[in-house]
Amino acid sequence: MHHLVVERWSRGDSALHARDARVKILLTLAFLIALTTTPRISIAAALGYGLMALAAVLAGGLPAGAVLLRVAVVLPFSATFAVVSILAGDSERAVALLVKSYLSALAVLVLAGVTPLPRLLRGLESLGAPRFLALVVQFLYRYLFVISEQAQHMRLAALCRGRFHFRAAAGAVSVLFARSYARAQGIHQAMLARGFQGRTELLSPARAGVADVLTLLSGILVIVALRWALEALR
Amino acid sequence: MQPLIEVRNLRFRYDDGTLALDGVDFQLYPGETVALFGPNGSGKTTFVHHLNGLLMGEGLVWVCGLPVEKKNLALVRRKVGLVFQDSDEQLFMPTVLEDVAFGPLNLGLPREEASAAAKRALEQAGMGQLLDRAPYHLSAGEKRRVALAGVLAMQPEILALDEPTTFLDPPGQRDLIAVLRRLPQAKIIVTHDALLASALAGRAVFFQRGRIVAAGPVDQIVAQFHWDPRWESGSPSVPESEA
Repeated sequence: MHHLVVERWSRGDSALHARDARVKILLTLAFLIALTTTPRISIAAALGYGLMALAAVLAGGLPAGAVLLRVAVVLPFSATFAVVSILAGDSERAVALLVKSYLSALAVLVLAGVTPLPRLLRGLESLGAPRFLALVVQFLYRYLFVISEQAQHMRLAALCRGRFHFRAAAGAVSVLFARSYARAQGIHQAMLARGFQGRTELLSPARAGVADVLTLLSGILVIVALRWALEALR
Repeated sequence: MQPLIEVRNLRFRYDDGTLALDGVDFQLYPGETVALFGPNGSGKTTFVHHLNGLLMGEGLVWVCGLPVEKKNLALVRRKVGLVFQDSDEQLFMPTVLEDVAFGPLNLGLPREEASAAAKRALEQAGMGQLLDRAPYHLSAGEKRRVALAGVLAMQPEILALDEPTTFLDPPGQRDLIAVLRRLPQAKIIVTHDALLASALAGRAVFFQRGRIVAAGPVDQIVAQFHWDPRWESGSPSVPESEA
């Protein structure tokens, strides 16, 4: 399953994995801002940003081929808009759309691939994202697997009794919805039974060390330098 | 001896009008293990949910001398550890250690103490080696024992287990029984499993239509209600389905 592969990557032990989640989030954000505000995607720009992202993939010890292939799922979406741009006679914009969407998705996948989700959420939270939002994402992530397994069982059960056609699928969605609701109630009861009073405390709060600060500063420096160099080349 | 749990004339009706408990009287004494038998829908789980205030009906429920009411809930939930039938509902945190520490952190323990309590509880449940694993990577037996650890970490005086052997393979059942035997707490075990009950419980009660209709030694109750799943000619079927 897709999220299980990324989950396995995220539990690696590279130097990038060891960095504070907040550092990685901020660097990803800086990369995305630099990339999206680059007005013209020249070959130099595509190479510069691409190599930077690739360096992160390698530094994180992620399987480069698998990562690059996985990111390609965004291409059909951006390709649609690229085609529209070409039809409108703006092929430069089409290229920019494809390159930017691909590299943005790559950056986000690298972030998710070198940071276990709990730490990622904790990092987002300590950078000011609402705790409630982080909690919702955490629960969604935890139960995605349970619900998708349930959906899979229902599909098999339907197949055993004929084919899994549209009406069966529609029925399955409504049953899944009802079951998810019942499960949510069960989870809430289990939380109450263990003393939940509306606030979750965290076992290990994030702590940034010298290596984290250095990574953040040098990363930002490289991104800003690239962005500035591209500006100067125009 | 003062009972740990004292229930008198407990009645509970669900919002849809179903009368789930219809005058239950029950006591649990220190150190004892009681099996709760009864057909599906006879009120066993509903009863157990009253013991730590997840549900509140009419009648009296006392836990360790405290009436179960809103102002005592935090304390009562610390005394009664409830292990749910579906472990997936109980394991909601991203890692095993964080899940088991959820209860102690809610009790207000500092992080180091909560972490130590969680590790101790995982050792007790025989799961000390899985700290950083994500709960959905665990087998059914491992999930059940981590769920048990999550409850043990709150150092309860009473354990209430709802169908603890469901979905477990025979080795998983044996492991769980061995773990439960070692735990000193008084236990209430909701189960259909006569083998589990006779391995752990000193006595059993039988629920039917929201009432306890019989109490006594496990073997006697199993024989009285034909509660052994092995088929014999002349075994009656379960009394008609109930609320």
